[in-house]
Amino acid sequence: MANEGKTIKVLLSRGDNSNSALKEYEVPAKESQTVLDVVTWIQRNLEPDLSYRFACRVGMCGSCAMTVNGKPRWTCRTHVSKVMDGDKTITIEPLRNMPVIKDLACDLNEFFEKWTKAKGHFIPTKTRDDQVQLISPNEKARREANAGIECINCGVCYASCDVVENDSSYLGPAALNRAWTLVNDVRDGGKIERLKAVTSEGGCQSCHSQQGCTTYCPNTLNPTRSIAGLKKVAAIATLKGEM
Amino acid sequence: MIKPHRNQPLWYAYILHRISGVALALFLPAHFYILSLALNEPESLDSMLHWAEQPIVKFAEFGLVFLLAVHLFGGLRLLALEFLPWKPGQKTFAAVAVAFAFFVALVFLLRAI
Repeated sequence: MANEGKTIKVLLSRGDNSNSALKEYEVPAKESQTVLDVVTWIQRNLEPDLSYRFACRVGMCGSCAMTVNGKPRWTCRTHVSKVMDGDKTITIEPLRNMPVIKDLACDLNEFFEKWTKAKGHFIPTKTRDDQVQLISPNEKARREANAGIECINCGVCYASCDVVENDSSYLGPAALNRAWTLVNDVRDGGKIERLKAVTSEGGCQSCHSQQGCTTYCPNTLNPTRSIAGLKKVAAIATLKGEM
Repeated sequence: MIKPHRNQPLWYAYILHRISGVALALFLPAHFYILSLALNEPESLDSMLHWAEQPIVKFAEFGLVFLLAVHLFGGLRLLALEFLPWKPGQKTFAAVAVAFAFFVALVFLLRAI
């Protein structure tokens, strides 16, 4: 084994919102090791009370996002070799823009409340007695919706956004991206209500198009595109007097 | 120091747009004040224009033209981003906006010296 006997220096954030500090650990280096592997090794061997979240370990559940060397990442799919600094150190901290419950575990309540505020739920227009609506995957609106539908709610975009950092009312890239997928869903009946929700205070017009969300989205989604789409559709709806 | 998550081209495009906007907002009142001297104090304007012939001032004007041009092209980029169908290659558009602005400012400088 090429890594036998080698170690990685890890600086890990311990504590909560009011009192946190980086603590140093030495972790054995392994082949194809992920950042989540490193955190798990520390928890199992050195710090049984270390708090962090993970579930699937294959990039589907969106629960293991953390700040790694200053950038938000899904840790289960982030290889240590890709993020290692020149001096062989990894700094692992909780996601930005969210209250820290303890160590690496954040409180995501506000993040998800903003999905609700953005009317991120489907509003049906048919009942179970109606025929299933046929929608071609090639329709323009369906293609727009499909482009944003694979969000795993990991919070990476939310943590990378400077507008979220500076404006607590801002709904954030994930919630607005969700609203955009529904605006493009022809089966949904809440378009105008949703456009009103995403254009009120803290809505899509607050976006500064820095595109950090798009840069860091682990699923390579493009929330900036979705937010730009919302701005455009809302402007057209306003000009037409629909909202 | 710039925070690591901001270290990406489109954040630099954003901050350049902001800084150029603020700089122009500060510059324009001074610019209009000096222009207004033509109406009331032509001698003052003449001495100002004479002062502005210095190479260091010309170089500063190169900076001003760059800021104006980068704000113009950056603004067009943002309008296109928000109102035209989405195009991939946003980083390229930002780089092209800066390159155009630099070109315009350089042409100004070469004509001025």
